[in-house]
Amino acid sequence: MILSDYIPGTGLLWRLPPGSKLLALAALGTLLLAVPRLDLAALTFAAVIALYLGSGLGWRVIWRILRPMLVILAVIAGAQWWLFDALSAAMVALRLAALLLFASLVTLTTRASDMIAAFERALFWLRPLGVNPAKVSLALSLALRFIPVLGAITAEVREAQRARGLERSVIATAVPVIVRLLKMADDIADAIEARGYDPAPQSPRPTGDTRP
Amino acid sequence: MSTRDIVHIALFAALTAALGLFPPLTLPAVGVAITAQSMGPMLAGALVGAKRGGLALALFYVLVAVGMPLLAGGRGGMGVLLGASGGFVLAWPIAAFAIGWAYQRARFNPGLPGELAILAVFGIGLVYLIGVPWISAVAGLSLSQAFIGSLGFIPGDLIKIAVVIAVTRTVRRAYPALSQGR
Repeated sequence: MILSDYIPGTGLLWRLPPGSKLLALAALGTLLLAVPRLDLAALTFAAVIALYLGSGLGWRVIWRILRPMLVILAVIAGAQWWLFDALSAAMVALRLAALLLFASLVTLTTRASDMIAAFERALFWLRPLGVNPAKVSLALSLALRFIPVLGAITAEVREAQRARGLERSVIATAVPVIVRLLKMADDIADAIEARGYDPAPQSPRPTGDTRP
Repeated sequence: MSTRDIVHIALFAALTAALGLFPPLTLPAVGVAITAQSMGPMLAGALVGAKRGGLALALFYVLVAVGMPLLAGGRGGMGVLLGASGGFVLAWPIAAFAIGWAYQRARFNPGLPGELAILAVFGIGLVYLIGVPWISAVAGLSLSQAFIGSLGFIPGDLIKIAVVIAVTRTVRRAYPALSQGR
């Protein structure tokens, strides 16, 4: 199971810290939605395309990202044209395409693991609100591990229900999957605690003082 | 929060991802597909309550945002979350929390009319309350146009409510320990 769209590379975009790329995405999204102008949307679209080409990602990658969106873009632009005029249709379509391409650029140039690390660092600032970064990290890594496991369980249960002629029934699939899931949760929680996992002490650990 | 809570959060995030494996049914409307995935927030809220359910869907959102292709049809990444259906995905954690809150208030036994009401108000109403203005902002449509465009999904949502009620009731019978834990 491929779990990331990341394309390896060494260009400037790959070396930028993930946090700054996310901030740039948020800023661009806010700007484009706050200032609905055709020239701005077209300029941004051209700039994003230039970023792709400048990073050596090429037209093939751009096409791979745009192709699944073409239907939605066409429907949205069509609705705009019908309701307003061609200019606003072009503006909305260009704006959305630019945003989606830029967002995909962030995903393409950042490893999921780096993105998660950036996310965990950002969580540090939420500490005063009672968020414990260590617990969030545990949940994140558990979920990443469970997704393929669960995919396998779902496939297994569907296979078993196919033998009973029930493969089309969502209920006959969902119930055994969820029950197995809940049993698994108990076992895993026990296993984690049996290995002495402390859900991260809230107070910082004493450092240095304990050495003889 | 106990270790078990953390494991539950991770598992229901993963379950929502697994629900995306069912092939989606795309209507030629606004481009929002009917997927089994939107049962994720309903199941999480109804089975493990507000805190764990809401956090499970928040975790799912984060996993999609960092680029995991977990949304139905193998979509993922920031691009999809900013697209037309992004508002619905954003609404899921809030809906899961609200559903869990309502189920907890009823001690996880709201009775059939109660369950119907909770899932319709929070599982459909609240999700549309966030998702429809999002479509209208992204697609540049008026609120009423975006709403009319989304009406086609209501029948599918009603079927999902029926499935969720059937599933949660059966799971509770098969795993009674669930309602005894907090």
